[in-house]
Amino acid sequence: MTPTRRDFLRIAGASAVGLLLPPWARMANSAQTAGMAPISVPAKALTARRWAMVVDAAKCRPGCRDCVDACHLVHNVPDFKNLKDDIHWISLEKAGHLFPTEIHLRQPEAIRTLPLPVLCNHCENPPCVRVCPTKATFQRADGIVMMDYHRCIGCRFCMAACPYGSRSMNYRDPRPFIGKLNPDFPTRTRGVVEKCNFCEERLAQGLLPACVTACKEKALIFGDLEEKGSDLRHTLEGGFSIRRRSELGTGPQVYYRL
Amino acid sequence: MLEKALTGSRGYWIWVAGLMALTALGLFFYLRQLDYGLGITGMSRDISWGLYIAQFTFLVGVAASAVMLVLPYYLHDFKAFGKITILGEFLAVAAVIMCITFVFVDLGRPDRVMNVMLHPSPSSILFWDMIVLSCYLLLNIVTGWTVLESDRMGVPPPRWVKPLIIVSIPWAISIHTVTAFIYAGLPGRGFWLTAIMAPRFLASAFASGPALLILFCLLLRRLTGFDAGEKAIQTLAKIVAYALATSIFFVLVEIFTTFYGQIPGHMDHFRYLFRGLEGHNMIANWMTVSALLACISLVLLIVPRWRKGEPVLAVACIGAFVSLWIEKGLGLIVTGFVPSPLEAITDYLPTGPEIAITVGVWALGLLLITFFYRIFVAVRSGD
Amino acid sequence: MKLYDRWKILTGIVIFLIAVTFPIWYGKAKSVPPPDLKLDTPAIQALKEKLCVEQAPTMRANHMRLLISWRESVVRDGNRTYRASDGKVYTISLAGTCLECHSNKAEFCDRCHDYAGAKPNCWNCHIMPEEVRR
Repeated sequence: MTPTRRDFLRIAGASAVGLLLPPWARMANSAQTAGMAPISVPAKALTARRWAMVVDAAKCRPGCRDCVDACHLVHNVPDFKNLKDDIHWISLEKAGHLFPTEIHLRQPEAIRTLPLPVLCNHCENPPCVRVCPTKATFQRADGIVMMDYHRCIGCRFCMAACPYGSRSMNYRDPRPFIGKLNPDFPTRTRGVVEKCNFCEERLAQGLLPACVTACKEKALIFGDLEEKGSDLRHTLEGGFSIRRRSELGTGPQVYYRL
Repeated sequence: MLEKALTGSRGYWIWVAGLMALTALGLFFYLRQLDYGLGITGMSRDISWGLYIAQFTFLVGVAASAVMLVLPYYLHDFKAFGKITILGEFLAVAAVIMCITFVFVDLGRPDRVMNVMLHPSPSSILFWDMIVLSCYLLLNIVTGWTVLESDRMGVPPPRWVKPLIIVSIPWAISIHTVTAFIYAGLPGRGFWLTAIMAPRFLASAFASGPALLILFCLLLRRLTGFDAGEKAIQTLAKIVAYALATSIFFVLVEIFTTFYGQIPGHMDHFRYLFRGLEGHNMIANWMTVSALLACISLVLLIVPRWRKGEPVLAVACIGAFVSLWIEKGLGLIVTGFVPSPLEAITDYLPTGPEIAITVGVWALGLLLITFFYRIFVAVRSGD
Repeated sequence: MKLYDRWKILTGIVIFLIAVTFPIWYGKAKSVPPPDLKLDTPAIQALKEKLCVEQAPTMRANHMRLLISWRESVVRDGNRTYRASDGKVYTISLAGTCLECHSNKAEFCDRCHDYAGAKPNCWNCHIMPEEVRR
């Protein structure tokens, strides 16, 4: 009996699935080479149980952009010079915009318009990690919310989920717009979302984040929230601090001493 | 049965050729987008979802609306719908394919789309959306095709089709609930963070989908010999009326909670949506049109004398469809991002390439519907 | 058995065979010598023992697998230490470890890649040593 078109399609479909099975099985077992060391940390790396940052607004000098410039230089963040394609990992925004519910209109103008650094808050309970369909953004044991630029599909669900506007999308190829290339850190391609990573690559080398180091006024204090004697804890215990949109339960780890 | 789509009148082929041209144009611009990046669209750092996701959101509703034909017929033996459940299922197939295509063209790295399956993330609603949409697509392809083919052979459909069709009923509800959950679970976007998002989505789905179905039935009646029957069309129109009324009601209760509660952050979104904020009123202008269309269409559908007249019915259905396309499309998406988390108001204007790609995907969907309905008509008229 | 439309079918088969063997007869038009890899960068010459992270044959066959597992280790596990099969410990870093010695991408990496038709897209993000000198 001659096969019908339907039979042919059925057999073709089954063959296609059959041909695809070995590669899929192989892919699932890939990236397993011998010699992977158990997680051991070089002696000089900085470690923590929960990384956090305090912004001491009193020390922040208006007009200064050292933290922004340092971060964007170290991480090859492009400058598109237009708001639409803009990518930034850290930026300066007016305190009144950071804290719209706390900073009411009758606060002194100096406070309302004080530029403060905003960056990824590396939340304890990050909504961006919850929504990522590929786990390209994930949370490390030390609290840092990481981006895996190799896995990101650019769906921008994380950008919708972030309550703080911390994330930027590469809507275009960033390479031509990077001022001075830092060879020690990769760039990103168009099509992925990027954000501050608390300089985890510098922490691994025993260095503090670029913004913290660059700030001449020492307005940015970085450290382990769980370490009792740390500068960070000391600063936090020294007075009142607030976090952005803390009522949302995200547990942001950037604290502002206003 | 596929070969039936390859026979048709001159008008049929002119229509198909036109749709293919639009699809090709969309593909051309998509290749340009692949080359330049998503920056070729109007999206920005603040408004990171735009026209593509708006179309996806709206079309999931249209896809879900097949349930409005299937449920009365298969669960309640409403015989008038018996002839046209297949039309609903085929519409669902085309709509879901459009949804998947819109998500695909919206991705920054479409070459990595398999990562969603290679690295499953059950905490992500997008992961579940992909699963339920794919299953819904399969369900409708299989059931629609099998029932139509049984029709052609003149035999009752095989027994295994019925359970699949029954499953497609709660599944239709689920696809749109899951899509609503994409928005309704984001703590940072107050405009979307409302439990009524899923009910709103369902109500507007059951208004827009059947409205489109009515338009298709009217067209089929005019252009081919196929008549869905006055009872079927009028019942569908009543469903649209009830669903549209519910949808409007849901919007009104949202407005009540927002403006009686007087929380500034919440009010800002709705002010932007309907009136505009600080002079940014493009969305507000469109929403005014949407609101007017919704009310006029509702009235036209409620009054029996008007609903029963074909031209008025067509106008009402077009009005309902366009109104909800605006409200559930860009109205919903852009407003979620405005004001931004840092209180900024950014404008979003779709660019030419973006519109061309969007039109291309719609043309692709309409092409699929044309082919499906051509086959349907050929089978029903006994070719 | 009769072969209907004999000439159409035979013509089609001939065209198909020509098309499907295109890489063979087109490639035969030029003969490409095997790649000549330059391992004489200053960093390699300064090494006492000229050894890579793993043996050269292993690296030749598996460097992409190694790089991907390195990538997962650094990005997803935060682990930047690699213990090679000979017990030596290296810091996992493309630019800091691999490219420190193999800083001549055009005369080393590209030679084999071009020969084999491999186009690794790592360089879309990871910066080539030559690129910085601009």
